[in-house]
Amino acid sequence: MISIFRRPASSPPPRRLTLDILRYNPAEPERAPTLQAFTIDEAEGMTLFIALNEIRAHQDPSLQFDFVCRAGICGSCAMLVDGRPALACRTLTRDLNSHITLAPLPFFELIGDLSVNTGQWMRGTAERLQTWIHAVDRVSIDEIEAPMAPELAEAIYELDRCIECGCCIAACGTAQMRPDFVGAVGLNKIARFRLDPRDQRSDEDFYELIGDDSGVFGCMSLLGCHDVCPKQLSLQTQIAFLRRKMARLGFD
Amino acid sequence: MQIIHSDVLIIGGGLAGLRAGLAARKRGQEVIILSLVPPKRSHSAAAQGGMQASLANSTRGSGDNEDVHFEDTVRGSDWGNDQIVARMFAHTAPKAVRELAAWGVPWNRVQAGDHTAIIDGQPVTISESTTAHGLITARDFGGTKKWRTCYVSDGTGHAMLYAVSDQSIAAGIPVHERMEAVSLIHDGSRCHGAIVRNLMTGELVAYVARATCIATGGFGRIYQSTTNAVINEGIGAAIALETGIVPLANMEAVQFHPTAIFPAGILVTEGCRGDGGLLRDVDGHRFMPDYEPEKKELASRDVVSRRMEAHIQSGKGVRNRFGEHLWLDITLLGEQHINGKLREVKEICQHFLGIDPSRQWIPVRPAQHYSMGGIRTTPDGAVYGLQGLFSCGEAACWDLHGFNRLGGNSVAETVVSGMIVGEAIADFCASPAGELTVSTALIRDCGRQAAEEFSAIARCSGPENASQLLRDMQQTMSQQVGIVRHGDALQSAVDTLKSLILRSRQIGLRCSRPGANPELLLAWRVRKMLKLALCVADGALQRTESRGAHFRSDHPQRNDADWLKRTLAYWPDAEQTRPTLRYEALDVLRMELPPGWRGYGARDAIDHPDTSRRQAEVDALRQQLASADRNTRQAALLAFRHHLPAHLRGDNARLGEAP
Repeated sequence: MISIFRRPASSPPPRRLTLDILRYNPAEPERAPTLQAFTIDEAEGMTLFIALNEIRAHQDPSLQFDFVCRAGICGSCAMLVDGRPALACRTLTRDLNSHITLAPLPFFELIGDLSVNTGQWMRGTAERLQTWIHAVDRVSIDEIEAPMAPELAEAIYELDRCIECGCCIAACGTAQMRPDFVGAVGLNKIARFRLDPRDQRSDEDFYELIGDDSGVFGCMSLLGCHDVCPKQLSLQTQIAFLRRKMARLGFD
Repeated sequence: MQIIHSDVLIIGGGLAGLRAGLAARKRGQEVIILSLVPPKRSHSAAAQGGMQASLANSTRGSGDNEDVHFEDTVRGSDWGNDQIVARMFAHTAPKAVRELAAWGVPWNRVQAGDHTAIIDGQPVTISESTTAHGLITARDFGGTKKWRTCYVSDGTGHAMLYAVSDQSIAAGIPVHERMEAVSLIHDGSRCHGAIVRNLMTGELVAYVARATCIATGGFGRIYQSTTNAVINEGIGAAIALETGIVPLANMEAVQFHPTAIFPAGILVTEGCRGDGGLLRDVDGHRFMPDYEPEKKELASRDVVSRRMEAHIQSGKGVRNRFGEHLWLDITLLGEQHINGKLREVKEICQHFLGIDPSRQWIPVRPAQHYSMGGIRTTPDGAVYGLQGLFSCGEAACWDLHGFNRLGGNSVAETVVSGMIVGEAIADFCASPAGELTVSTALIRDCGRQAAEEFSAIARCSGPENASQLLRDMQQTMSQQVGIVRHGDALQSAVDTLKSLILRSRQIGLRCSRPGANPELLLAWRVRKMLKLALCVADGALQRTESRGAHFRSDHPQRNDADWLKRTLAYWPDAEQTRPTLRYEALDVLRMELPPGWRGYGARDAIDHPDTSRRQAEVDALRQQLASADRNTRQAALLAFRHHLPAHLRGDNARLGEAP
């Protein structure tokens, strides 16, 4: 019934994979960054999570990388897989050539090898864009909650699904030139809170946060973010919509 | 060594730690949170299906209240939990959901009118009232009498974690990321903070605080097959154990989730079965009704997992090259439902199995999922043995779950216990006992000891390999301390683990790289994980009964007469190779719901001598107060509200319930 378990009578020998991994340890600045090649035998259902752990367990215990959930939901393991930002944990080696190149996400502070400091950047962005509900009214938690249209709740969740993996920033042309650009992750969050009636901020408030070139007007519409988002968020639509709203406000 | 001061140090940046930190911060305490990873990447994000709270908004939840939630939780625990805690929890859970709603969690809402649900394999039309339209809805989960599990599609934990994390950012609480607490600073009676290792640089820092709270989650990674994230290694519990004074309770109570995808062990939510999904065997036969005619696929997790393993043992498993599994069939729910309410499940199936679950069955087999046991605390979250130390969430044995946790009760516990324990922490800081009186010499000594521990590992050139020891431990635990246990296998597991502990003192490193050194870290951690594994295995070996998730094929009955007690595991001497076990009795005479049959699973328990007496008392009280309102009746049976912070004591409003 399930195709991956339907195997031909005599299986061919496993592929031998070569992983070229960009190595650099900031604690050893005297050693220049290098691409180091590791070879392993592919196994059925092998993900880059499995492959990298196998390399660390058997070949090089010093190799640094970040995995947490290993299920594609936490956003820890974004890296450049053959030059393209992706979540390593859910990338199956069978979808790649036998020669694979892995590099850390660009833009973010490098911790070592494939590990980058997305957390610090995301926290800074959250502080800067104030990505929380701004409510003036106090809510009593003993009382029945305020109703919300079911479809609105679902629409908010659609935008709330961002996992802050950093892929959109790594794929962003503007972020390459403007280190202060909030990127698709930041703009999507503004779209999310703007949609949420529990957040009592006005469009003027949001304009203060993103109404300049480090915000929504910095986007050059290359939309690499949209192409690589592992959660397939509607980043193109959100950014375009926000820009129209904010531009109108700028003219008023 | 650098010393950082704060009023409150929270170790762990998941939902429990964040929520406790927020509570303390709102009371004016200065809070620092330590986290292994950026907090939004915590394992809380993996809670998919939902959070139990008796809002009773939807038609199938109608009639629900704290009493029903309490009873479901106690039955689920197989009477192993603390009923006071279960009461505090059931009472606070609706408040927690409503607070989260105000913080922006996009809970799925009731849609007025008719909709079709799949119940027991059949489409059923359910009609929702217009008065409930737009209120928070709920889905069905195992072991519950009502549809009580509030949800956000199947990304509930993610939505909750982001909302609470953003609240902690709004409150200006600093989170020190990629920091791992490696030992507690204590003088044998009072905890003063922790020695902490920077995972990026390897540097040790002392964090000194008036109150310290461990909220580091579970320890599933001592098992080979687990749904847990790779960071769930239980180090928070281990450093508490290593004080020699703090006990870990009920470590043998380990939950196996029925539906982990096979063989990767990644969770697919109980919501699949709650929404109508079925379990099938090699013949495509739906087998759960054969075993559990009442609750079928929706008996509690311990029961379903055990039935699945038994069914595989009876020759009905599906064989593939990795071993045997069963099928989870959600095709009957339809593509639209799956795309809307089970989309993470769909993504997981696509990416890891290459299948479309709206057309194909999902290969599943039970895997380790949750640690009911942990750092033993009082109902306030104060840790046994050390003043100034608190714990909450999965890391703690607050004892909400006893020997089996209901689905949807753990993500609920994280925020509820955070709300309660955070207040207790603030109370402690405001009390005379909360004054900081630590000597710099003690901090220095603790720091020196921790540094010495790491350098001894780095210096050792022994023959052992840390990843090999880790694998051996994980294999032993999965094979011999799993779903079905037996005295012989448990004895063999204890022997194996003891020898692994000895070998773990002879680990030689291959890499001496400065800064973050993953090999050094693993060598250090595996020694701690082995101690936890021994607490689990030895606790399981000694407990000669079956209760909840702890099932002994050589002692298949629940034995209230001898085992209605909590295991407390201590590790007083660093050189010992197995824990010192003590026991803490549960008092039947104070139970609101005396032990009985759970409503599913076996019904052959050996009674406690006090059970019939307490049951008679409870029956008499209920009769006497038959005309009183349910809250008065409940208070006469088991008063609990005084344990809650004043602002959490109020009644919960519900549709159709008189205020």
